[in-house]
Amino acid sequence: MRSLWAIGLAVLLTGGAQATLTDVTLENGMRVIVKEDRRAPVMVSQVWYRAGSIDEFNGTTGVAHVLEHMMFKGTKAVPPGEFSKRIAAAGGRENAFTSRDYTAYFQQMQKDRLELSMQLEADRMAHLVISDELFAKEIQVVMEERRLRTDDQAQSVVYERLMATAYQTHPYRRPIIGWMDDLQNMTAQDARDWYARWYGPNNATLVVAGDVQADAVVALAKQYFGALPARALPERKPQAEPEQIGTKRIVVKAPAQLPYLLMAWHAPTLRDWARDSEPYALQILAGVLSGNDSARLQKRLVKTQQIAVNASAGYDAVTRGPGMFMIDATPAQGKSVAELEKAIRTEIARVQREGISEAELTRVKAQVIAADVYQRDSLFYQAMQLGDYVIAGLPPEALERRVEKLRAVTVAEVQAAAKKWLQDERLSVAELDPQPLQAKLRAAAVPGVRHAN
Amino acid sequence: MRIEAKEMRGMMIRMVFACLLLGLPLAAQAALAIQHWQTPQGARVYFVESHELPMLDVAVDFRAGSARDPAGKSGLARLTHGLLDQGAGGLSDTAIAHRLADVGAVLSGRLDRDRAGVTLRTLSSAAEKDKALDLLALVLQRPDFPQAVVKRETQRLIASIREDEADPGAVAGKAFYRALYGSHPYANDESGDPAALARLARGDLQAFYRRHYSASNAVISLMGDISRAEAEAIATRLASGLPRAAPVPALPKPVPAAVSDARIAHPSTQSHVRFGVVGVARNDPDFFPLFVGNYVLGGGGFDSRLMREVRDKRGYAYSAYSYFMPMREAGPFQLGLQTKLEQTDDALNVARDTLRQFIAEGPTEAELTQAKSNLSGGFPLRIDSNRKILDYLAMIGFYNLPLDYLDTWVDQVNAVDVAAVKQAFARTINPDALVTVVVGAGRAR
Repeated sequence: MRSLWAIGLAVLLTGGAQATLTDVTLENGMRVIVKEDRRAPVMVSQVWYRAGSIDEFNGTTGVAHVLEHMMFKGTKAVPPGEFSKRIAAAGGRENAFTSRDYTAYFQQMQKDRLELSMQLEADRMAHLVISDELFAKEIQVVMEERRLRTDDQAQSVVYERLMATAYQTHPYRRPIIGWMDDLQNMTAQDARDWYARWYGPNNATLVVAGDVQADAVVALAKQYFGALPARALPERKPQAEPEQIGTKRIVVKAPAQLPYLLMAWHAPTLRDWARDSEPYALQILAGVLSGNDSARLQKRLVKTQQIAVNASAGYDAVTRGPGMFMIDATPAQGKSVAELEKAIRTEIARVQREGISEAELTRVKAQVIAADVYQRDSLFYQAMQLGDYVIAGLPPEALERRVEKLRAVTVAEVQAAAKKWLQDERLSVAELDPQPLQAKLRAAAVPGVRHAN
Repeated sequence: MRIEAKEMRGMMIRMVFACLLLGLPLAAQAALAIQHWQTPQGARVYFVESHELPMLDVAVDFRAGSARDPAGKSGLARLTHGLLDQGAGGLSDTAIAHRLADVGAVLSGRLDRDRAGVTLRTLSSAAEKDKALDLLALVLQRPDFPQAVVKRETQRLIASIREDEADPGAVAGKAFYRALYGSHPYANDESGDPAALARLARGDLQAFYRRHYSASNAVISLMGDISRAEAEAIATRLASGLPRAAPVPALPKPVPAAVSDARIAHPSTQSHVRFGVVGVARNDPDFFPLFVGNYVLGGGGFDSRLMREVRDKRGYAYSAYSYFMPMREAGPFQLGLQTKLEQTDDALNVARDTLRQFIAEGPTEAELTQAKSNLSGGFPLRIDSNRKILDYLAMIGFYNLPLDYLDTWVDQVNAVDVAAVKQAFARTINPDALVTVVVGAGRAR
């Protein structure tokens, strides 16, 4: 959460490179998307499963991510540790990531080694073995990951707690990594159940980008994935969040040196990409507020008033679930979180009352257009964007025409979106109240005290 | 190594980071035609011409990293570097930022102990490129260091240093360098010391700039959609307006650190463990045996012994790694992991034993073959984007690596054998003289 703008940027950077795109669905329901790009003799292959923390239940939060870890622990044909070893021996890099909306696995390799990656991915899509013994070790690793990334990072705790507050019913209230208590009580069977529920070809999309022939990629996909049977997928309930009807506030006390403020408003996301206009307007708004080093929040709060040392805005229009428009900031020394929040509200009110200037709009659009060229420098990123859109239920065309849609946004639309969505009724606010680094220390230092976890 | 998209990206960056610093591989079979010359002002230039994308990347790097901080002025290099684009040639910080954004250009900075650099990414269409390069020249050649902005940015830097005090990983990293380098300039953190920063005046920044940001101290790297003639014109233009100054002297040689073991109290739920020794400089003849050998020890991610022993077998940590960071002078060799407080000593012992055994026995033939297969087979991935190539150009230039270094990289990897790894590790690392830092746990020992 250090830079919310980076989240917005991830969306802003997408775009319609004109490379050839192939989009087919195999008979078993697996989707295959190929983007040919011949700049370098390499390729990236990603398998995306439409199964993220959004699909989890209370009591087993974090299981999507735990299963991601277990996917490297072997099948009948490929012993534990062998997956990574074989990819490495072929000069490849591989990893995986879990989000609220999906779990994805990737390999980057020389272009002629795609078959190895498909062979291994198809094998673990259908034949994963989850042993009690390896699960018991790996769940410890995941708990260490949680300590590293959340428990010992005050701003991550703030984000986690604010999401759990802003959403009362929607599954986005749960952290991707899972609550610690759920991790402590998770069993190998929970992981097996998750795998059985979601890991089938009809819940997966293969994205391959690079110096490849689309026909050959599709043929390989048919050879390796085509034989796997479709699974009956459970019905997914929408679990729509009831409309928020008043500001929510929380205070998070954690060891830290500086306070921190995080504000989140419920907001729409792209659904009907050709007709929707608000998500595009909100992307531009995030750019106007913090898209460059002298955008509004930086200029007014950090540089002019010097009430903040950092401030940024972020908005992600491409998600399976509901959206959020967020602003985060760290107060300057001697300034309170309350003063900072007031200053941020003043900036929002100014956009709502006076709108933005044509110059600001043009500036953000110039950045969007340039970023669309720059993102073609990264094969991985291009594949990532395609997967992101497809998982959110949006067609590749929505990505290709994204720049065009952003260029069509008007100053009036930005002002209208700010007025409509940045309302107190939809706002949740979290404040980090820093606790001295020494205080907790004394408690922890009592001899003989051992942590339960 | 498992990242969570959109929310969490740190770990992957770290692993890649270690590879980049060590890898530096370029070229070999893929012919990457690097052009090299000097500007009349003495700046060294490295250029790769590529017209596949309508964009240009430029980097200008100086020997002006934090190791150049004068005594008592820790943070001066960082602050000077940070101020370059915050007012220049009479244009305000806001005017500069807006003009860059207006043409979609991205100006970034990077600073480590050796190096202070500025990078520019711009579209290669004339209107955008010309404006972007004008601004790059302005911030490099005519920074104003406005008084009020110096004050503001000093406060912001101090705030970020204080924020880091709550981050056990950051605390461990800083403490490790301090313990390892003692009175050598590499001991100090890049960001500096809050008390020293608070004492700095505008004149300090101006003097540091004039002394270090000279053409003869600069390396200019260009990658992208321009011709050789244009690259020459751009480089000359960037170099021509830089301050004139005597060459920056060499840094002192670091001396090996004595064995030490520091425990730093912190309220975190995990201990952050770092240990290691003073390693090698960028031009050390042992570089390739150390680099390839370290893949087996702790540089190869899930393919490494440390990950297997600490994470896979015991579930002690999410991340366990080792790396050499070769610098202008001998940079650190370090191992790191994070684990819950009560198993700190167990995890530390496993990591130490793994290192000790590796130094005593070296890699097996099979492990070394695997390492070489990955590194040589993965070579094309290291040069598959303009951004990566630019970074390599800058590093080759900054560390005076031979121009054919890239062409021979894969051969150099493949030439490493078990005996060479064993000997190089034995020469470089004495496992009985480790500098250890543990942040976390209650009591300072």
